[in-house]
Amino acid sequence: MAKMNMLHAINSALDITMAEHPNACIFGEDVGYFGGVFRATSGLQEKYGKHRVFNTPLTEQGILGFANGLAAFGAPALAEIQFADYIFPAFDQIVNESAKFRYRSGNEFNVGNLTIRTPYGGGIAGGLYHSQSPEAYFAHTPGLKLVVPRNPYQAKGLLRASIKDNNPVIFFEPKRLYRASTGEVPEEDYSIELGKAEIVQEGTDVTLLAWGAQMEIIEDAAKKAAEQGISCEVIDLRTILPWDVETIAKSVTKTGRLVVSHEAPITNGFGAEIVATIQQECFLHLESPIARVCGLDTPYPLALEKEYVPDALKVLAAIKQSVEF
Amino acid sequence: MSNPNNVSLNINHELSFIDGHALTIPTLSILNEEGDIYEGATAPDIDKATAIRLYETMRFIRALDERMQAAQRQGRVSFYMQCLGEEAAVTASAAALDQNDMIMAQYREQAALRYRGFSLDQFMNQMFSNEKDLGKGRQMPIHYGSRELNYMTISSPLGTQIPQATGYAYGQKVRHIDAQTGELNSTIDNITICYFGEGAASEGDFHAGLNMAAVHEAPVIFFARNNGYAISTPAEEQFKGDGIASRGVGYGIKTIRVDGADALAVYAATKKAREIVTTQGEPVLIESIAYRLGAHSTSDDPSGYRSKDEEAKHKGCPIERFRKWLLKQGWLDEAQDAKDKEAIREEILAALKRAEKVAKPALEELISDVYDTPIPSLQKQYEQLKEHILQHPDAYPTTAGRLK
Repeated sequence: MAKMNMLHAINSALDITMAEHPNACIFGEDVGYFGGVFRATSGLQEKYGKHRVFNTPLTEQGILGFANGLAAFGAPALAEIQFADYIFPAFDQIVNESAKFRYRSGNEFNVGNLTIRTPYGGGIAGGLYHSQSPEAYFAHTPGLKLVVPRNPYQAKGLLRASIKDNNPVIFFEPKRLYRASTGEVPEEDYSIELGKAEIVQEGTDVTLLAWGAQMEIIEDAAKKAAEQGISCEVIDLRTILPWDVETIAKSVTKTGRLVVSHEAPITNGFGAEIVATIQQECFLHLESPIARVCGLDTPYPLALEKEYVPDALKVLAAIKQSVEF
Repeated sequence: MSNPNNVSLNINHELSFIDGHALTIPTLSILNEEGDIYEGATAPDIDKATAIRLYETMRFIRALDERMQAAQRQGRVSFYMQCLGEEAAVTASAAALDQNDMIMAQYREQAALRYRGFSLDQFMNQMFSNEKDLGKGRQMPIHYGSRELNYMTISSPLGTQIPQATGYAYGQKVRHIDAQTGELNSTIDNITICYFGEGAASEGDFHAGLNMAAVHEAPVIFFARNNGYAISTPAEEQFKGDGIASRGVGYGIKTIRVDGADALAVYAATKKAREIVTTQGEPVLIESIAYRLGAHSTSDDPSGYRSKDEEAKHKGCPIERFRKWLLKQGWLDEAQDAKDKEAIREEILAALKRAEKVAKPALEELISDVYDTPIPSLQKQYEQLKEHILQHPDAYPTTAGRLK
């Protein structure tokens, strides 16, 4: 075990992968000698050579096109999109190509070796174009897997699992926590199974569900609720696609209440899918309407970021409303 | 380049612009319409077996195209795309490659796949989306693919294969790079060829793919099929520069333009391109000029967007041109050729009838291959669908009978 921040943990997962596969490549804007604008790939070019860890030209569609080709060849393709806000030029390559590669070819070809890493989310005074959480766009695309870690331990284990998974995975990294979140992380290799949510804290009155950076917000809200005598069951979804319906439904069956929270705008956010499914699965067990505490339906703001974000206070308000319904 | 801007600094004290058409790009032409080698031209070193295989492939594809165009008109298949006029460009370039080189095509390159050995039944099974289709009946006709033959499955979105070809080729190169020096330590054994039309070259993926191939020195041959039309849009409404070839220079990629109706020119250019790519580990761009003699697909009628006069100017047949050369070489028996053509037509019709009768894919194929194994929600959806079909078998005759 070593104390690591999330960047160290991600770097460690990448390092293990590069050592494991002689043809694995890491590429993206500024990921080479500089080690990425957040330094997630720091030191890897020196270790594995310029031909395996390299800067690409500024072309997200090119990065993903290249990545699809490399993955189809059979090499682990570890592509970085510098900010999730800039993933959209690559939307076609991801949605029409990565996601459909296996299906459209009848499994003659696949890009299971593809892993896309991209920092997402707000909290760094990044405004419209350095703060977005675009997971819901991709959650509408069969063939992709979407993974979001909440801390360094989770980041390393989930990233290794994403890389080893034989499907294209988008790994959303909560950039606000890159350095802010630290913890004990094994230096050796380990994986955390994809598609499984984790009950972070058991409780009896209401289930709180989030993922990534939003976990620390709902955990904070759960603490505040506890002070008021409300027992929250806190769950980290971890994998958005495919998501763990069973764990959530089981928890909500027990508590009778659910609050889902994410930073992305509320309309058509992934919370909508969760709510629709859980009301179907748990209809007769529900004690109150399922609540969503999310971003507003606006572009991500700058000066009014504090007002926009679904903070612990807003989550707490929803918890109380749910319990008092 | 030794400056941070990566440019040639030819300082000039006189204000002047370089003309947008300053480059004059020659077109390699070796074989004339009569099947003779042009004066001053050198025929490529091509053996009889390769030449015959090349010819037989073109002959087969012409027959297949004619038959399937008719089959679409009869309502037997939903869609078809002919290669008319571009048979030499596609077949001769494929013939210049190694069997294990990857082909990433756009959609009109069935001749390259045939050259590799795709069987008539395989073509038919794909077009009839039956259960023997390698693609499991998921894509429209002509979206072929075969891992065994190193022919990447066709994807309808245009140009997406271009940066993918760069990435695939880069994968082919990685193990040939010395980690210390970053230089090639051996000849690259296999490379990628990427076909696309002059219209697709307007997509952002073209720019991304070529620029990345140049920067990362990917062993890929970009083969632009400039056939004059993107569905109905003529090339003059697609770009202003001198074809696609002029762009190669902008990316710092070795480039050649060839007469795409001239099988020998295409073969010579591709053979040389492959040598450059495998030994120097860098991309090459080939622009082939061959008029699209047919429609874009069975869904459009060229008389709606181009004149009979224009078509008449381009009626030269690339297959006939090569056939004349073969006859002059003494490599082809005319009587046998005529007999073979008739036999091929019959085989094609018989195969079509066979494929029509093969069952559609089973219901499980609706959900297989979305992921390596079906995810739980999809498995659940499948069970629900199966239940529904079993309750209403008459409404779903394709699959109901085989459900248990």
